[in-house]
Formats: sequence, structure tokens, C-alpha cells
Amino acid sequence: MPRHRPRSPRVMAQVAMVMNLDKCIGCHTCSVTCKQTWTNRSGTEYVWFNNVETRPGQGYPRGYEDQDTWKGGWHLKGGRLVPRTGGRARRLARLFANPELPRLDDYYQPWTYDYDTLTTAPLGDDVPTAPPRSLIDGRPTAVTWGPNWDDDLGGGPEHLAGDPVLARMSEKVRLEYEQAFMFYLPRICEHCLNPSCVAVCPSGAMYKRIEDGIVLVDQDRCRGWRMCVSGCPYKKVYFNHRSGKAEKCTLCYPRIEAGEPTVCSETCVGRLRYLGVVLYDPDKVGEAAATPDEKDLYEAQLGCFLDPEDPAVARAAADSGIPHDWIEAARRSPVHALISRYRVALPLHPEYRTMPMVWYVPPLSPVVDALTATGHDGEDPVNLFGAIDSLRIPLGYLAELFTAGDPGPVEAALCRLAAMRSHMRRINLGEERDPAIAAAVGLDQDGIEAMYRLLALAKYEERYVIPTSYTATPGGHAAMDSCSLDGDGLPGMMPYDDAGTFHAPLSPEPAAAGSGLAGRLNLLNWNGRGRPAGLFPKRNEDTR
Amino acid sequence: MNHLHIALWGVLPYLVLTLFAAGAAWRYHYDRFGFTTRSSQLHEHRLLAVGGPLFHYGLLFVIAGHVVGLLIPETLTERLRVSESLYHANALLVGGTAGLATVTGLGILLYRRLRVPAVRAATSRGDRAVYPLLATVLLAGLTATATGVGHHSYDYRRGVSIWFRSLFTLDPDVPAMAHAPLVYRIHALLAMVLFALWPFSRLVHAFTAPVGYLTRPYVVYRSRTPAPRR
Repeated sequence: MPRHRPRSPRVMAQVAMVMNLDKCIGCHTCSVTCKQTWTNRSGTEYVWFNNVETRPGQGYPRGYEDQDTWKGGWHLKGGRLVPRTGGRARRLARLFANPELPRLDDYYQPWTYDYDTLTTAPLGDDVPTAPPRSLIDGRPTAVTWGPNWDDDLGGGPEHLAGDPVLARMSEKVRLEYEQAFMFYLPRICEHCLNPSCVAVCPSGAMYKRIEDGIVLVDQDRCRGWRMCVSGCPYKKVYFNHRSGKAEKCTLCYPRIEAGEPTVCSETCVGRLRYLGVVLYDPDKVGEAAATPDEKDLYEAQLGCFLDPEDPAVARAAADSGIPHDWIEAARRSPVHALISRYRVALPLHPEYRTMPMVWYVPPLSPVVDALTATGHDGEDPVNLFGAIDSLRIPLGYLAELFTAGDPGPVEAALCRLAAMRSHMRRINLGEERDPAIAAAVGLDQDGIEAMYRLLALAKYEERYVIPTSYTATPGGHAAMDSCSLDGDGLPGMMPYDDAGTFHAPLSPEPAAAGSGLAGRLNLLNWNGRGRPAGLFPKRNEDTR
Repeated sequence: MNHLHIALWGVLPYLVLTLFAAGAAWRYHYDRFGFTTRSSQLHEHRLLAVGGPLFHYGLLFVIAGHVVGLLIPETLTERLRVSESLYHANALLVGGTAGLATVTGLGILLYRRLRVPAVRAATSRGDRAVYPLLATVLLAGLTATATGVGHHSYDYRRGVSIWFRSLFTLDPDVPAMAHAPLVYRIHALLAMVLFALWPFSRLVHAFTAPVGYLTRPYVVYRSRTPAPRR
């Protein structure tokens, strides 16, 4: 960033996301559309840039939040911020075998079915079956774990015991928890302000984009040292085992550059995702991430954000080279509103010290449900405020997720949501408005109604306020006319098996042993064009 | 016979060197995406955790040993008053240990590649050429080191090393190599084949050793607009 005037503070812009967990129904549409767009290639069978996990639950990969095992994120060593996996020398010493790399079993072993036997099995008394085959080595396999295996608390208490967040809570809580509370947590890359995956990459292939803060992997510079996989505490960098490169959520940057929301946001049926610009002071990030007490990290990160309404901030942002329409977008940013103005959104695991930039509005609905189940009026403000405080179980769990265990900010956010419900119910029932409800949570009536509009109505134009990328090239709206993935050699992601592109020969597609699938096309890898060899089975000449 | 010697020890090294340099440049220019370790740790980690470091660290010592043995002339060590017996004892002990570690590591890695189905399935054609070659070069080198035990054994510093250094003065000393024992000649010949294959195999990942990481700031920022082409 060029510093034009040394006195004005540096300002950087970040495209950030907020998800309203109250509205997530766990339908996995975001995961599926994301996978169809980005990771439907061989080598990434097990990869979900976006996944939705049931809480309480182990998550994906299993138990990823247990940093004593995986060593993701940063920790303080003598007051200095050091990647938990160790400093530079230790990283280089472990280059030849990374001790903290999750195994494929920690995600799951990808598989397919030998559908061929359904049509080619000889006539017999038994109904033919399609036995599972490993997508890794093509051999017959037993399916013992898969994506969302423990969805909706499936699998019961033995799987719950593997939840690292639950493990930090008391025994009583653990026993009562599954009756009390369940919600869904959609996760993408956090595009952190202080990304530890970038910090541990020996090749310098990973970087944070200056203009929009998106964290990316340069596929041409990645050498497959796989340190980023362990370095990311959210385990959102994946290793493509066929190309030998790291891949991660790109925040759909070609769409963002064109002013469109990410695929996961666009296709979210619950309309729970918000995208917008946040302005922050990059010089404060290091200090904030090194805050001694983990519980202060949430406040410290809030302190890094700048108020775009402040004329001094707008001036400094312009001085830092941020385009005018970005500053304008930052003012209308739903993300900034939910994080800083209404303070209902909270970061996921701030204790990892990466300063994550995908925040969450904690779910209030389970509290209302629990209250209604006990015969109370679940939306009465008096009942609701009391219940939030007394339902220690969900509050403690949410605090472990969002505020390093400090229930204060979670309680405040839930109370704001409760106040919004009560306030809006009075309006809906034609009762007189009660300004005391809004005042009780530090808001005014207009503020609470604006928050209601943003959270409950969630209009498309208000959910996604994304400025198009600015290109300073003369004559240039180049970025807006076309997708930034168009063109030769871009995006550097692994090409489909089309002829014409030179790349090192990849390992052969594993043949499905003992089945008729040999020589057949894996439809997951088909780009939909033409009629590649192996799309249809070979015609058996004898039968004609 | 003489022509063969000239071809093998006078011409071939330059062809290999050209192929090595030009091939690496070509690969880097056209296939930067292909520069990767192609790690299979995701499929199997227990054997790799032993074999990988054993092989690679052993190899680093082996390379250091070659640099000392081939590039430092005998006159220099004599001037530093390193006795002949001390030098060779050291070479045998350190070189032998490093060589054994490397071969053991490679053995574990080869076993893993053959016996773990997922790793076997991820083996490319290039791997199938490189692994046996690498193993043979290593075993030949280890045998050469082992034959240096006796008192009246071959002193490579008066033969192979002189030939190697003469290559860089563009005046190859062919007889110095032609008179070396068979195992040395096999080792040198196969090593040349290995270097010729190097740019076209996964071995290119050795070029990308991330030394720059030691001096780099932790978090890397890059601009969206690509840097202007030079």
C-alpha cells in the first residue's frame, strides 16, 4: 500500500461475510452448489470449501477444533505471536513429513458405487447390488464415514463425545446438551485478517489480496509442502492429492469482482448470508491478535474496524487508494452493520488469533423453543431475557464457539435478537410500541426496526453490497466485462483432462478393480461438453 | 573402446548438463504448475513419517559429501594437515552412515509405494522410471563407499574427482574416469541418466527448496492487478 501522506492512518478494505444462524435449516444447498462449482474434480473428492456441520458435533474434518492435536492458528510465545505449529525453522525441519497433517480418514474416504453390476449381473435369484468402491484406489471398500455423517446429531452420544467444544464444558452440560440445543454451522474459509495458513506456507504461494482481503493460493507457486493444511485452525485449506497442490475457498472472487455474491450466498435458500465491505486499520491487526487474554480478542478485533461514516476514515481510505465506490459500499455494508452497529454478529473461534472475517449471528430460536416447551410465552421480553441468562447450556456452548468462552457478548447479542422479536411482535399484533424494550439492549426503535429489516426481510440488494473491482488500467473496465478466470493458464486450477494444455502427467485415474467401470468416464469429472470416450459403455458386439 | 570412453566421460556429461539446465528452464517456463512434491501423505502417514525424513536428510548429507569429495582437491586438505587416513575414515563413517540412512529411507518409501494401495494408485509413469534409477544409483554409490575400506583400495580423489573437476575446465580428463573401478563408473553413468531425467520428473521439487521462508514476513500481501510483464 502506498503511503501518500505519512500522517493519515492506513486503511484496508475486506470483503467479509456474516451468517445468521437463526435461519440456517441445514439443507446443505450451499455445500452442494459450491462443490459443483469448485471441487467436483478428481483429487478434490473429499474437499468441501463450504460445509454445514451440526452443532454439537465433531465437524469436518472430525475434531478440527482440537488445536492441541492439529496445532492450527497462532499462539503467544513470550508475548510474541507465533504460529502454533512452530516458527520458521521448525516448519522447515518438518518439511519431509508434516506431523500435524490430518489423514484422509479424518475427512472421509471418498467412494462411489459399482453401478455397472446393476445392469450386467447375470440372471439370478438375488437382486443385484451396487457395491461401494474407493475413489482413491478403486478397490472395494466399506463406507464407515462420510460427509455429514453425524448430521442432525445422527450417530448419537458416541459421536458427540468427539466434539472438542463440548469436551471443554462440564460433565453435566455434556449430558443435558443434546436435549437442549441443536443448530447448524455453515463454514467457509474465514479470509482472516491475520491468516496463519499464509504464515506457515514455506513457498510464499498463499497470499492475502490487498484490494479485497481474499486469501488465495497461487497454484503456480504452491509446491505441495502442505503446511497450510495444518496451519489453518478451521481446516479450510485442502490438499488436492492428484495435482499435489493446496486449494481453498476463493470467496468466489471472480463473482465478487463482478459485484455478485458468492455461489454459497446466491444459492442459500434461507437467505442467511450477508456480504459487504469492512474497512480496517491493518497496523492494528498484529497488536490486536497478540491481545494477552483470549476473551478480549473479540473486542480487540472490533477495535481494528473503522467506521466508514467517519469523514476522517473516509479521507484516510481515499488516501490509501481505496476507490470511492468501495467507501460508499462500506457505508451501506450489511456486514459492518451487523458486526459493529448492532453488534449481533460474532467471530468464530477468535481464540485462534487469526482475526477471522466470516462472522455469525448466534441462534436465538432454540432458546425460544425451549421456553415455549416449558409452557411460557417464548416471545415475552421478560421471559426471554431471563431465559437467555438461565439457559446456561447453550450460552456456554455458543461462548466457546464465538467469544473464547466469555458469555457476555453472546448474551448481549441474543438479548438484542430477543428484543427485536418482542418489539416486532407488538407491531404485528397492533399493540403499542414499547420503547423500553429497545432501550434495554442499547438500541432505539428505528435501529431495531432497521435491524429487523436486515435480518428478517433480508432483501437481496441489502444482503449483498459488493462493489465491483476497480482496475486502474487506462480505458479499463476490463474486470467488469469478463470473468477473471477467463484466459490462458487461468485460474491455475487443475484443468480438465482436455487435450491441448500441457501439464505434468497426473497419476492415472484409479481403475475400479473387478468391475466394468474400467475405461469409463467418472461423471463427476465431466465438464458437460462433447461426448468424451467412456461416456457410454462399449457396445457388446456378441449380443448383436 | 577408447571411443566409447570418450563418448561416456567426455561428451555425455555435457549433453546431460545441457539437458538438465535447458529442461529445467523449459519446465519452469511452461509447467510451473507441475513443480510440486506430489505428496502422498494424505494416503499414508506412518511409514512416511519415518522414511521421508530419513531419505531426505540422508540425501542432504550425501550431497554435502559429494561436494567435499569431488570439488575439494587433495592438495587443499593436505595443506590443512588433514591426514589421508583421517579423511577416509571420516568419509567412510559419515558418508556411509548418510548413505545407509538414505537407502533405508528409500527402502521404506518404496515398500510404501508398492504395498499401500492408495499410494500405489497415485504413482505416475515418471515415478516408475525414477524410483528404480534412484535406488540403483544409491546402491552403486554405497557399494563404492564400502569398497573404500581396505588400505590399498581405489582413491577416488585421484581419479573420479579429477575427472569431475576437469569437466568444468572444458578439458575432460577421460582416462581418469575410464580407469576407475566398475562400480564407480556405473554410479557415475546412472547418475548422469538421473540428472537427464531430473527436469522431467517429480525431482524438480528439489529446485524449489523454500529457503526464502526463513527471511520472509509471515503474512504475504499481493495486489490483484498482476505486476507488469518484464
